[in-house]
Formats: sequence, C-alpha cells, structure tokens
Amino acid sequence: MGIFESILLTIATAATPLLIAAIGELVVERSGVLNLGVEGMMVMGAVCGFAGASLSGSPWIGLVAGVAAGAVFSQLFAVLTLSIATNQVATGLSLTLLGLGLSGMIGEPFVGEAGSKLPNLFIPGLSELPLVGRLIFGQDPIFYLSVILTVGTAWFLFRTRTGLTLRSIGDNPASAHTLGIPVIRYRYLAVLFGGACAGLAGAHLSLVYTPQWVENMTAGRGWIALALVVFASWRPARVAAGAYLFGGVTIGQIHAQALGFGIPSQFLSALPYLATVVVLVMMSRNKRLMMVNTPASLGRPFVPDR
Amino acid sequence: MPVSGVSADATVLSVRQLTKLFGSFAACNGIDLDIKPGEIHALLGENGAGKSTLVKMLFGVLAPTSGTILWNGQTVRIASPAAARKLGIGMVFQHFSLFEALTVAENIALSLDDKLPLAQIAARASELSHAYGLPLDPHAHVADLSVGERQRIEIVRALLQNPQLIILDEPTSVLTPQEADRLFETLFKLRAEGRSVLYISHRLEEVQRICDRATVLRHGKVTGACDPRQETPASLARMMVGAEVAHVSAAGTTTRGEVLLEARHLSAAARTPFAVALKNVCLKVRAGEVLAIAGVAGNGQGELFDALSGEYPVEEAQTVQLRGKAVGRSGINDRRSMGAGFVPEERHGHAAVSALPLSDNLVLARYWSDRKAFLSGPLGLIRSGAVKAAAKRICVEMDVRKSGEDPAAGSLSGGNLQKFIVGRELDRQPSVLVVNQPTWGVDAGAASRIRQALVDLAKSGSAVLVISQDLDEIFEVASEIAVISEGRLSDAYPAGELTREKIGLLMGGLYGKTEGAHAH
Amino acid sequence: MRIELEKRARPSQLHSLLSPIIALLLTLVTGAILFAALGQDPVRALYVLFIGPLTEVWSLHELAVKSAPLIMIGVGLSVCYRCNNWNIGAEGQLVAGAITGSIIPVLFNDWHSPLVLPLMLVMGMVGGALYAAIPAFLKAQTNTNEILTSLMLVYVAELFLDWLVRGPWRDPQGFNFPVTKQFQPEGILPELLDSGRANLGIVFAILAALAVWFMMRFTLKGFEIKVLGASERAGRFAGFSRKGMIWFSMMLSGALAGLAGICEVSGVINKLQPEISPGYGFTAIIVAFLGRLNPLGVIVAGLVLGLTYLGGEGAQIELGLSDKVVRVFQGMLLFFVLACDTLAIYRVRLSLAPAAKEA
Repeated sequence: MGIFESILLTIATAATPLLIAAIGELVVERSGVLNLGVEGMMVMGAVCGFAGASLSGSPWIGLVAGVAAGAVFSQLFAVLTLSIATNQVATGLSLTLLGLGLSGMIGEPFVGEAGSKLPNLFIPGLSELPLVGRLIFGQDPIFYLSVILTVGTAWFLFRTRTGLTLRSIGDNPASAHTLGIPVIRYRYLAVLFGGACAGLAGAHLSLVYTPQWVENMTAGRGWIALALVVFASWRPARVAAGAYLFGGVTIGQIHAQALGFGIPSQFLSALPYLATVVVLVMMSRNKRLMMVNTPASLGRPFVPDR
Repeated sequence: MPVSGVSADATVLSVRQLTKLFGSFAACNGIDLDIKPGEIHALLGENGAGKSTLVKMLFGVLAPTSGTILWNGQTVRIASPAAARKLGIGMVFQHFSLFEALTVAENIALSLDDKLPLAQIAARASELSHAYGLPLDPHAHVADLSVGERQRIEIVRALLQNPQLIILDEPTSVLTPQEADRLFETLFKLRAEGRSVLYISHRLEEVQRICDRATVLRHGKVTGACDPRQETPASLARMMVGAEVAHVSAAGTTTRGEVLLEARHLSAAARTPFAVALKNVCLKVRAGEVLAIAGVAGNGQGELFDALSGEYPVEEAQTVQLRGKAVGRSGINDRRSMGAGFVPEERHGHAAVSALPLSDNLVLARYWSDRKAFLSGPLGLIRSGAVKAAAKRICVEMDVRKSGEDPAAGSLSGGNLQKFIVGRELDRQPSVLVVNQPTWGVDAGAASRIRQALVDLAKSGSAVLVISQDLDEIFEVASEIAVISEGRLSDAYPAGELTREKIGLLMGGLYGKTEGAHAH
Repeated sequence: MRIELEKRARPSQLHSLLSPIIALLLTLVTGAILFAALGQDPVRALYVLFIGPLTEVWSLHELAVKSAPLIMIGVGLSVCYRCNNWNIGAEGQLVAGAITGSIIPVLFNDWHSPLVLPLMLVMGMVGGALYAAIPAFLKAQTNTNEILTSLMLVYVAELFLDWLVRGPWRDPQGFNFPVTKQFQPEGILPELLDSGRANLGIVFAILAALAVWFMMRFTLKGFEIKVLGASERAGRFAGFSRKGMIWFSMMLSGALAGLAGICEVSGVINKLQPEISPGYGFTAIIVAFLGRLNPLGVIVAGLVLGLTYLGGEGAQIELGLSDKVVRVFQGMLLFFVLACDTLAIYRVRLSLAPAAKEA
C-alpha cells in the first residue's frame, strides 16, 4: 500500500465520525430542533463504546453500547426541550457539559487500558484492486454505515412522505400541528436518531480511530459536526463533502507535524478549528442563501395547544 | 361528487353546549349550532368572540372541555384533524397552515391521509383547481405566491378530500373585492353540489350577501341565530357588539395646510427573499389630512412603514421628506425628534415588548424624543417616577383597561394594548403620525375610539398616514385614499371620489397609474 | 400519559425565586442516589462535598478564590445571554486575558513598579475583550453563528498558550518545564487577609456584579439589553442597534473573562503554564443560568459552583471519589435549573388520558 493510498484511508477514518454526527444533527435540525449537545452525546458514545467493548471483550457489543448511550442521552435533551419547552441553546449546552463530566466519571477505570479495534471488512478479490481496493472495500464497518446513513438520509428526506413531513415540521410546526401532524412525536424521534448517530460517531473514535479511552477525546468534533451542518446548508451530500474536507485538514496537519516544516505543532493542531471558523464565515456571509436554506423554525420551542 | 341526499330538516353538523376552557377563561361557553346540508352558514362575531376556538374544536385541533358534536345525527369525538377530514370536514384557516419552503403539491400531500404519489396529487389538484376556477401551479413554491394564491391552495386542499362541510375562517380579509367575488362564486358552486359551508366573518355586508343563515357569537356565547337577509347591518352589529358603537365623525372639514410628510420616488430593495420591494412610491400628507393607504396584505405595507419610520433607512435622503427636511437616511429617533410618531402593525414584539410593563413600553418609544423628561445624568438613568406618571396619564386619556398599576403589556387585551400604543404617540402631540393597521384584531369599541383619535389628531393640524387593509376603516377616517399593490402606490384620490370597486381594481394593480410608476 | 403546558398569564414571581432552590434540592437528591449507587454513604458524601468546606476558615478563603472567576465571567455572560448573544467561549477569552495580562511580568520581569499590577489587569481585560471581539465581528458583520465561532476559538487560545509556554515564553531556568518565569511581587494580586489565600479577585468580582446589576436595573443601557433580548424588532423600533449590542455584550463579557484570567494567573498561579483554568469559562455558563441571568443571583450561584469545586477536592481526598463527580453535579444542576425555570413560565399538567386516535 502506497503512502498516498494510506493517507486517503486515514482521511476517510478521520472524516467518518464527523460525517455520522453531522448527518444525525442534520435530521434533528431539519425538524426544527437545534441540539447543541452533539459533543456531549458523542463523548458518551465514545466512553460507553469503549467500556462495552472492554467489559464484554467484543468491540461489536461496544459499538451497540455506544449507539445506545448516545440515543438514551439525547432523550434527556428531548424531554426538556420538547415536553417542557426549555431554551434549546441552553439545554444543548448543558447536555454537552453533563456528557463531558459523566463520561469522565464512567471512563475513569478504563484510562490507559488498551482497547480492541473493530476489524476492517475485507472483501476477497475486490479489496486487492489497485488504489481503490482498500479504499472502498477494506474499511472499518462504521465507514460503510456512514455511507449508508448519508445516502439513506438523503433518500428519506427528499424521497419519502415521512421525510417530507419532517421537513414541513422544521418549516412551520404550527401549521403542521393544525394539519394534525404529531409535531412533538416527530421531533422526539429526530432527536433520538441524532443521539444514536452521535453515539455511533463517538464509538468510532474509541473503537476505530484511536482504540482507547482518553478524557474529552472528542476534542470539539461534536461542535465541528454542528458547523458542518451549517456549512452544508442542511443537505446530506454537502455534509459528506464537508466532512471529508475536514478529514483532509486533520490528516494533513498531522502529516505536516510529522514532517516538521518548522511550524509549531500547536499552530497545525489549531488548523481544524480555524478552518471551521473560516468555513462558517464563508457560508454565513450570504444572508440570502442562509435564509432560504435554514429550517424556518430552527431553535424555537413549540408548544401545541389542545 | 355530489353528496347523498338527506331529509330537509336534517343537519350535517350539530353542536350542543360546546365549551372550551383555557385555565379559568371560557373561550367558548355552551355553544349551540346547527348546519344544514347545502347552506352557507355564517358565524359572526368580533375578534376574541370565540369563533376561531369553536372551529378549531370542530376540526379536531383543540379538544372541547365539554359538550357534544353530532355529525349527520351521530355523536362523534373529533380527536384530530385527520379524524375531521375522515368525517368529511374541510378547513381553510385564516392564518394559513402552509409551508413556505415547500411546493404547492407537497403542501397538499401533507394534508392527505392516503399516501398517493406526488405526481398524482399534482395532477388531481390542478384538475380540481380549474374545475372550481382557482388556477394553481402545483410545482410553484409557496413562498413565491401571493396571499390570494395561498388561499387557493388551502381551498383546493380541502376540496380534494371531497368534504361535506367546508369551514372558512375570515377568508376575504386577505382578498381584493374582485378576488372575493370569485371566491363567492366558488362557494355558490359548492352549495349547489349540496355541500355545506361554515363561513366565519366579522364583515356584515358580505354575510348578508352570501349567507343563508347566521349564528352570532359574543364573549364565547351565542347571542343570536337569524337569517342575515332579514336583518339590518345595525341589528347584526348589535348582536355582535352588544351595544351601539360610537360613530366616527370624519375628517375633511378642516382646511389643508402645508405638506408635512412626503415620499418622493421612494424605492427600496427587498431585504429578505420573502419581502416586497418598494417601487417609486410618491405620496404627500398635508397638515389636517388623513391619507389612507389601502391594499391587500403583503403588498409592501410593512416595507413602506419601515422606510417612512426610519427603522430601515433608505439609500437616498431626498426620497423621504419630513416637514420639508430630507430624512431618508435618518434613523427612527431622529424622525421622532422632528415631531413624527409611529405605530407599527404588530403589537407584540414590535410596537411593544409583551414581557415588560407598560411604563417600560413607554420608554421604548419615547426615551429619545422625551429624553429631558425621562432620562437623567451621564449614565442614562431612567426617571421611573416621570415615566410611570406619563404612562398613567396615557391610560386615563385613552381609557386603557388593565389589571394592576403597571401590568405587563402581554397581559392586556389586543384592544387595550393598541389604545396604549396609539396613546403613547398621541400623548406627545405629533405633527406627523404614521400608523400601520391601526385596529387590526381590535374589538369594535376600542377600534372606534382609536379611529376617532386619529381623525381628531388630523383636525388639530397634524398630518396622519394610515395604512390599512380594512376598507370600512379607510372610508371612516380618510380624507384622501391611495392604494398599494406589489410595492407600487397609486395616485391619491379624495375619499369621496372612490368606490369599493375602484379601490378593488387599484388593489389588483389594474387601474391607471398616471404619475406614480410610469411617468417618471 | 403526556405532559401538557399551559402558559401563565404572567411569569410566576414565586416560582422565579423558588426555581433555583428547587433545582439545587433536586440535584442533591439525584446526587445522593448517585453516591449510593457508587457504594458511598450519601449523607457523608454530600456533607464532604457541600458542608465540609464551609466549616474551616482556610477553606472559606479557597471558596472565595474559586468563586471569584466564576462570578466575574458569569456576570458578563448573564448580560450576553439576556440579549441573545450566546458567547460560550469565555474559557478562550479567559486564556487570552491571561496571556495579554502576563506580557509585562513575563517580558519585563525585572520592572519593579506599582504600575505593574494595574497595567496587567487592564491589559488582561483588553485582551479578553479583543478576543471576544472576533466572534462579535463575525456575527455583526458576516452573520456567523457566535456559538460555534466563540467555542472554536477556545481551542485556538489554549493551543496558543501551550505554544507560548513551551516556546518563546518558557523560563530558561525552568528545567525545561513548560512554565514562564515566576511573577515578581509587584505582579501578584495581594491577598485580603492573613488567614488564607483569598485575594482581591473576589472583591473585583463582587464590584463587577454590583456595577452590572446597577446598569441592568436603573439605566437605559440595561433597558436596551432587556428589549433587544426580548425582541430584536421592538429594539429596532426603539432605535437600539442590534449590532452595537453584539459588540457591547460580547466585549463586556470578554473583558470580564479576561479579568478572571489575569486574576487567576496573577493571584493564584503566579506564572503562566499550559493549564490555567479548570474550565471556569464553561462552569460560568451554569453560574449565569443558576443566577437567573441576574448579577446578584450570579454572586450566589458563583459561590455555589465554587463550593462544588472545593467539595470535589475534599471528596477526592476523604472519600477517594473521582474529581469528575463534580462535573457531573454541575451538569445535572444546569439541567434541573432549566427544567425548573420552565415552571415559572408554564403551568405543567400531567394528563393521564392517552391522546385518543378514534374519531
């Protein structure tokens, strides 16, 4: 395997958690809910994924545990924002703060423990193809899930009646309610999906990307995923493009650190964060574009009257 | 798709002792209502009489607290809009239940309970819309449509369900007189097919014209059931309001003075994708004059208000003239300092902050023009004593009914809050007053008081500009009338020279615009 | 079963006062359950966490030390959040203030002058304000979401500090440890009493809270903040500038975070090092909400959250509990505060009747 190939492979590995978390949040935001707790759900997914794998001995069980943790954790946010209409920004923040604390506590016994890595899926024959072989047919299983999730979400949102209903709720929950659409139920399910995705993304970090548990190991990826949704103007394909762009920046700076270049490593480490800011500014400057694409009810609590 | 025959005195829908409580407040209190097959039944009442609450219960959006609903003689529980649709009830909402970001076909699909493919829905919608004379492009985005077109979506959406009863909530409030006529033809067609229509309105003239029977609501109770054609507008109004409403004695008796407010070829680009651009608007308001601007909602009224008030200053200073000075680029407080006052359309969150007390809402509009009285010191301390005294004065002057000394603006009824907001400006004797929709959603008593105050202000020598969708109101207060349509303003005509029909043509943008748009 | 909300005609005064207290109680109850699950005696654990630190003079001093930055930052954030400017990057502004405030004691270590400390404080505030000006500029001029930008800048500031203390600012005599030179006595925030470590920081914090309270309560500026927070459109009608408020609130909170940063460095650590704050900038978000975005409430809330830090240290020593427990407590507390705040606005009813589906 050439160096070029292996760089591409690692880019995919770095991009996968961002992509999955962002796809989950995209669905949540399309329903009109802004969940700023992605970082917290992701880190819960990471710690529970690692703990599950470590205790059971099977990274597959860890994977399931990570997804479940993210999903369960998201429901804390859902109950508060949807059932008792708390401020979504503040509640999302508190989910992140709680997640970072709770994960630290849960993960304490596992610090320094060597983890088990999810095996890559090789397909005999196809995986040996030059260049694309390993890239497309020799990745970790979550990579494939990320592809399925992206395509599936795009199909769901724009090709199914349920997806249309979800988008309509994001556009105008009051109208949806008067038409008899169960707004709150849809939003619960969207938040649940977002939580499961964030959990999966976290599990990818602790079971594939760096198979170990380190406190705060998400290192802002949940926030970057949130930025990606804006960058992608709420479209799944563009989320994928954005995630791979960021994967490229992340891996690029790691390689640049290894090669030296005389640039302080801290400056290179800051690149993904600065890139997030730059990308956000580029998108947001076009007010018209933002106004047309942003789900109209995003972040506003909705209380149906009966 | 005619509805199967039923005997003459059978009812499609009967309501017995229907009650809806919000907390301890009875929005509907023991309502009885009978709707027969093939009739257009009016539900009359003022704002806040409980009309919307009643129909929301009939359509399954709200759950009744008590009482029964009978559908074709059978007691039913309508638990959801889907259940209502299944029974055969269709609904056209006043504030449309549409989704701006979606297409017409998608909007229709969302209200259908059987999941047909979108292409098929589009085809059926287009077919039906032509059959009823309501042309629609199923692939257009709602955001790009006019208010009248949006209403068509709602109607077609309801008709696709083949309903026995169609409920329309204040359908003509957003239409030109000509558009309303077209709607009435559609309704007659529906009646001829044996369907029933429940027609909600507070416009007596319309109800007398098209409705077979009427039920009148006041304060959540039925105050009368009648044949509207046998009644006079005055007798209907009495049932609605419960008392005679003071008549506004019109302006126009005073001599006109100099021009105090003027727009000279005022243009402004649309700020958002959903807004209207102002195109070459010219207007003059003289001292002693009430210029009323009529128009269907969404034709640039808000944008005109923003430009005149200075909330969004325009590029060219010359295009807005206040007492002879070019103020187009000046902010709202500079214009206030020059003697102008402003009352925007939306009370909550624009003219007033609901969560803040009345005294704070007085500071909101007047801290700058009255800074000597209301502020002190370099830190900008608010003199709460002076402010509270002024707020009290306004409440007395305008007869604002409130609970408590200085309650939150949000706790007042629409009419009382609007009286306060108008009184807040009148209190400083503005030489120019710009008001957008002065009595929108306000009860008859408060409306008449506000209109009289506007007329009196003009009589005392101020220039008053009233932007309104309500033609009755316009004829009551105006000395001159102009019409706004798609961001263009017609010439102004003396109120006596205009008829409803002529205004309707101007609203559609059909009438000759000799000066405003083309000549320059 | 479903939860139904019914808006109160006016926010309940009683609930406004009670809700933070109820939230605290709920946190304690949940905490007790958590401790029991961890095999601890819940009463003893809560005692160690919340009562123990209050029983000794030296630890009261520590409480002041820990609460000071929380109050300073929380006061600034309360202004921001009041007018819907969601600055969540106070931690970064704290670091920025610590860095700019340390320019004099690090680069001019030999300068002995009574001017050193005041200059440090001013420069710290300027640094924090300027760092907060970045998300303010991006929001006001390019419409970019301040939540994400201010947070991203936290990571950037921390990495920059890391580079500074390992690179150009490292003490040459420091045995290769990533620290700067120790500050001279002129650059150290004086302690208040001989009985413990509490320094001037807590005084600054309370003064800041009182000043902001006065502004919110009596001045036009405070009125402007309330109006723009409730409705931007009403603010525009009043002639207030939304953009101006973005700049004002972000830079005010940035300045206070910067002050907290330089006070922490000058008064507690006495030098720069890679880690200068145990997440004060984030915990202050909880402080702001627990204090109901009211500067006086923030003082109380800051003391409560300061107590959790202190109790956490005690729990680590006495009970062998992880210091992570504290962060769980803080997170739970914010959750309960938000939930209880809703009670002031809505009447909550549990409806046992299922939402029937039949017609």
